Amino acid sequence: MTETLTDPRVVRAIELAWREAALLDAKEYETWQGLYAEDARYVIPIERDAEDFDDVLNMVNDDARMRGLRVRRMTEGYAIAAVDSAITVRTVSRFIPTDVDDRSVTLKAAQIIVAYKRGRHDLWAADVDYVVRLGASAGEDRFARKVVRLVNADEAVPAAGFLL
Amino acid sequence: MTEFTAATVYDLPPADLVLGDRVAGRMYTDPAIFDQEMTKIFERAWIWVAHESELPKAGSFKSTHVGRHPVIVTKDRKGEIRTLVNRCRHRGASLCEKKTGHANGFTCPYHAWSYGLDGKLRGIPYPDGYEGVMDKADLGLKTLRTESYGGMIFATLNAEAEPLADFLGDVKLWIDRFMAQGGGYPVKVLGTHRFTYRGNWKIQLENTTDGYHFPIVHRSWMASVDAETAEMMSFMTDPTAVTHDLGNGHSVMQMVPEHSDLDADDGSEPLQPRFDGLVARLEAAGADEAEIRRLVRAVHGTGFNLNLFPNVSMSISFFRVLRPISVDETVIEHVALGSDGPAEIVGPVNRERLRAHEHFQGPFGFGTPDDSEGWDRVQRGAQGAPELPIMVNRGLGREKPSAEGWPTSHVTDETGMRAAYAQWKRMMSDD
Repeated sequence: MTETLTDPRVVRAIELAWREAALLDAKEYETWQGLYAEDARYVIPIERDAEDFDDVLNMVNDDARMRGLRVRRMTEGYAIAAVDSAITVRTVSRFIPTDVDDRSVTLKAAQIIVAYKRGRHDLWAADVDYVVRLGASAGEDRFARKVVRLVNADEAVPAAGFLL
Repeated sequence: MTEFTAATVYDLPPADLVLGDRVAGRMYTDPAIFDQEMTKIFERAWIWVAHESELPKAGSFKSTHVGRHPVIVTKDRKGEIRTLVNRCRHRGASLCEKKTGHANGFTCPYHAWSYGLDGKLRGIPYPDGYEGVMDKADLGLKTLRTESYGGMIFATLNAEAEPLADFLGDVKLWIDRFMAQGGGYPVKVLGTHRFTYRGNWKIQLENTTDGYHFPIVHRSWMASVDAETAEMMSFMTDPTAVTHDLGNGHSVMQMVPEHSDLDADDGSEPLQPRFDGLVARLEAAGADEAEIRRLVRAVHGTGFNLNLFPNVSMSISFFRVLRPISVDETVIEHVALGSDGPAEIVGPVNRERLRAHEHFQGPFGFGTPDDSEGWDRVQRGAQGAPELPIMVNRGLGREKPSAEGWPTSHVTDETGMRAAYAQWKRMMSDD
């Protein structure tokens, strides 16, 4: 493997993933949406090894339109699950860059979210695949793809009032 | 009729906690009642276990539960569907931990006792130790009575249960109508969402026949769909949108009455422009106008929720299955449905149906998390002031028999809940 974590392009992709984690924990969904390219996909599949998501059922399979609707739902104040959603703290780590060039970085990572609500902690563990499209500067880097593969993707998970 | 008070509510037998127009909150919170429900309802009634499309060929299996019992539903070599308790007859290990799949039989991982798809004990390693001790013929897997109607497969632990067809009664007509959403093809399971909530199973049972909550809890979903879809679901003020009590705890809630029977189409209803792309794809695949119309009109499913006591709802375009875990924890499955036909025809239709399902259902849908929050809140609130009843009296004053003789009220009324609780009371009173 020639890709390394210290490659400046990889560092930028990791920083984007960490920026996203902070925005999601802060529930700053409007800003979060801006981290995605217009043609990006944000997917939480049910089948952990799925690669083609359109002909199978997913938990989330969002294009730009659905991301926009989702952000509206999370912020407009009418969704009782979102209004009273859990406090989350997430860690994104164990990064493995798999494909790096000057235009994009493909990255695998582990994500652990602890969600606290009404006296109970729920644990969400997942492998995450990112494709980051590099812009002219770090501020213009955007996700082209994010796939969250929960360890219990095909089992019962709590109904969530937040995004992964 | 015994009234419950703060002084008596914890002493009354469970059946006295259902008063027709109200029930006691203790029904959601008392672990002893939960244990009785498992014995008297979930281990006596017909419990939905699978749809026939989940068992497409000999050797197909699905693992699930009937009450507290883990079971495997199999299609054996002769094509017969069987429900087997997922427990080795030797020392009790579970035989199968996969949700679905295909197998020639089941072998216990502990001592390799092996069983056929029909549950018969086929082989025991080193059998000499059992000579003169036991007969293999007596040690097949415990098998549940299994019957089906319209592709819906049910099992029961009750050898004395009435035939499934009798238990379903007038529901059968509505199952036939529900399956019309295949658009001329058989209905097929496309995938299953699973999620948990921290509340009693009856809170979800009520919700499947609760039209009253829809515009309040699902306001954010209503805001996210196109105007035509929102209009189609605006049943709150439609006097033709009704709920029927179909007997035996079952009910049907007709939200979109004009889509109750998808086969009854006079051609006057225009197809929604949002499906223009789908229509074009179906035309390109060679479907004729009548077939396109059948498939597109059925994309949203039927216009009703058919609520079968105690564990499955056939809800517009999907199955909603509940599994009680404990008095205050329940697992729900939302089973997405589509058509089973040639890929060039049903592919685009099913893709449309999958996206619509993802939009509302599942742990990250635009509807389910809000429902779930409501159910959590009922469970938390019901701990307070036990003398105050849970009210299920909405529409009691306007409930009348339909032409078929079904007690009927407006779709926002609680006729379906009263039907379910009357059945609950009957079953919990039966010793």
